[in-house]
Amino acid sequence: MMIVNLIGISLIGLIVWWFWIKKAPSLKTSSNKIEVVVENGVYTPSQIEVKSGQPVTLIFLRKDPSPCAEKVIFEKLGLSLDLPVNKTAELTIKADKAGDYGFNCQMKMYLGNLIVTD
Amino acid sequence: MIVKRLSIGGMSCAGCVASVETALNSVDGVEEATVNFAEHTAIVKGEMDIADVISAVKLASFDAAELKGGDNEEAEKEAAEFAYYRALIKKASVAAIVGVPLFIGGMTGFFPEIDAENGQFTWLLLGLITLGVMYYSGRHFFTGAWKSFRVHNANMDTLIALGTGSACIYSFVIVLFPDSVPSLARHAYFEAAVIIIGLINFGSALEMKARGKTSEAIKRLIGLQPKTARVLRDGKEIDISISEVGLDETLRVRPGERIAVDGIIIEGHSSIDESMLTGEPMPVEKNIGDEVSTGTINSSGTFLFVSKRIGSDTVLAQIIDMVRQAQSTKPAIGRLVDKVASIFVPAVLIVSVITFLIWFNFAAVDAASYALVTTMTVLIIACPCALGLATPISIMVGVGKAAEMGILIRNGDALQQAGKLTTVVLDKTGTVTEGKPAVTEVIFAEGIDENMLLTFGASIEAGSEHPLAAAIVDYAKDKNVSLLKTEKFEAITGQGVSGLIENQTVLFGNAYLMKNNNVDISALENKAQQLSQQGRTSMYLALAGKLQGIIAVSDPVKKDSIAAIKRLHDLGMKVVMLTGDNQLTADAVAKQVGVDEVIAEVMPQDKSAKVVSLQESGEQVAMVGDGINDAPALAQANVGFAIGSGTDVAIESADITLMRGSLHGVADAVAISRATLSNIKQNLFGAFVYNTLGIPVAAGILYPFFGILLNPMIAGAAMAMSSVTVVSNANRLRFFKSSK
Repeated sequence: MMIVNLIGISLIGLIVWWFWIKKAPSLKTSSNKIEVVVENGVYTPSQIEVKSGQPVTLIFLRKDPSPCAEKVIFEKLGLSLDLPVNKTAELTIKADKAGDYGFNCQMKMYLGNLIVTD
Repeated sequence: MIVKRLSIGGMSCAGCVASVETALNSVDGVEEATVNFAEHTAIVKGEMDIADVISAVKLASFDAAELKGGDNEEAEKEAAEFAYYRALIKKASVAAIVGVPLFIGGMTGFFPEIDAENGQFTWLLLGLITLGVMYYSGRHFFTGAWKSFRVHNANMDTLIALGTGSACIYSFVIVLFPDSVPSLARHAYFEAAVIIIGLINFGSALEMKARGKTSEAIKRLIGLQPKTARVLRDGKEIDISISEVGLDETLRVRPGERIAVDGIIIEGHSSIDESMLTGEPMPVEKNIGDEVSTGTINSSGTFLFVSKRIGSDTVLAQIIDMVRQAQSTKPAIGRLVDKVASIFVPAVLIVSVITFLIWFNFAAVDAASYALVTTMTVLIIACPCALGLATPISIMVGVGKAAEMGILIRNGDALQQAGKLTTVVLDKTGTVTEGKPAVTEVIFAEGIDENMLLTFGASIEAGSEHPLAAAIVDYAKDKNVSLLKTEKFEAITGQGVSGLIENQTVLFGNAYLMKNNNVDISALENKAQQLSQQGRTSMYLALAGKLQGIIAVSDPVKKDSIAAIKRLHDLGMKVVMLTGDNQLTADAVAKQVGVDEVIAEVMPQDKSAKVVSLQESGEQVAMVGDGINDAPALAQANVGFAIGSGTDVAIESADITLMRGSLHGVADAVAISRATLSNIKQNLFGAFVYNTLGIPVAAGILYPFFGILLNPMIAGAAMAMSSVTVVSNANRLRFFKSSK
């Protein structure tokens, strides 16, 4: 009885920690071309770190045929891109200000983040 | 390395080839550029930005556009979606074929109890079959859940995988170690897991079908683009693929055909149906020198035209692009929901753990079994999809429907704002009126004749760009008046023009201009007032400081302005007319069309200040203008409407672009925005209510009072249906009709 309760409470703690506190490690790159695979509800890589002021081309390869994945939206930048299935679609982004530029599908189930650093 | 093919326009001689090549090679990243003079094309290789390449060619005074290969994107997309739909149906069917007998067998007691003889063996076999089905029909939920988990993300897959996965694991524990739980709790839930997986696959398939309809508007627009075109090359007419058509090519259009690219008519004339782009049902007469647009239909007559915009530069392509972009945006109301959606799944996970603990600690009997069933039901019934879909799917349909009516909405915010407007400010010229003024009266002072007045009036106006100037010049031409040379021409904003003709100072404009130059206008002032009261604009002409006469011009009111303004009133809006004209003329027009307020004699640069003052009095202001002269006022307004006459409107200039020159478009835009917003609200309300009621019920909140506990399979069905319902509700917007 006690054990089950303890497990339950620590599970809640773990959920909070894993999903809300801890962040996924980001891909740091100096390359200006990054391929992002769209599959299984996840952008891979989902966290991308780039330097500000330099243009970066994200090449999306959508493998998930579900319509959930059909658009990728960069809300802060006012950009969006339609993704064809099993083909690549490119978007070149140049963010001048450092900060987080999230990207996601229309329903925000696919989540990614372009982290721009100075 | 990228290889791009361009069509080059404006190359008249072989010498041009060198200039174009130089321009191409000057671009950063271009490694090789070759121009083919005969084909009027260029091939560029290297690591360059195609936009830079095109602007370099344009800088060298040529025209360029990218040639793209055959465009089957939509067909491919549909094929992929159909394949996915079939896969989902197959997965759902397999799950149903196994799940339903499992369910019936369990209910009817066909399968032995786990404790009974052969019980363990039978249930182990059923469990393995279940695993097989889960692998075939539900694998994608588990991989999705795991992959998201690894990047600290949780979504629908997480909930389904945890819900059905925990049912399976619990069931295997019971089957393999029956003694680990009290005998009453010894019930396996294999059938629930399989049926839930089946239902959710089936729901996704239905949702896909319904979603296909949401993008109907964009498909229709894409379908307007013809696949082939008939071009004249070397004196021969040949049919070629649309991707082969370059700039400055001559194309022939026969009756009933769609126009393949944007261009200008060089031979023949016809009436062209532009309704698919502008929403204007009447065909438009087109003659030599007029522009024709991709996708419109030539209804009669054969003509030749020269291509001026191809590929992604055509008006049709721009419309498609704008609609697509707009469909991806969300109004503020949607962004609030996003915040909820982003924490939704982990929150449900926490609720499910709490549910488990409560049942585990407080259930009188059979705690483990109740705890499991309620936890599973909570996980399955929670539907982040309905929440996440609610806004974007309505925007998709609403923006698409608007586009079909010739209304281009820039983004979700424009749509939300348009739904809230309280005041509409209309620019008079070109918006309420036709914008094509004509001379109605020529009144001359004593000792002057009409010809002389027209000679000076038309001569000085020949240099002016004012719309009224063209009316006077045209009128003079009709009367065969020959024009004189004007020197020192000067346009005085808001007043008129001045210049020197035959060494005499000519002033032509309104009363201010005359007063500022000390010209006595008392002789004709009364006459001018009378004309103004009839809605005419009177202009005084003075020669060497002496008044010569008046030329009156009138701009007729658009046929449907009166009806459209009435509709705006019916929508509860105040209608204000803004104009640079004098008060009397403006009042006359205002009376004719029935606006509530007139602000006359406004200098162009003061228009946006007037919008500000309306906003300061608490109004949500729409400004409707031509998009070019009114740009600052359009930008200042809560929603700027650019109204065009046909396809030549500046699409990029405003929050909402009306392709049809009618004010009905404003009323339609407001009506469809309101309809879309209330659709979003219905969806959000439904999704919130569903989740906030469904989750507690699933957790068993009704059990202590009514003994009601939700079956996890019912939860699966509810969840599968909830997102289908949201999509279907959004689809209702497709049937929106203008109240005109």
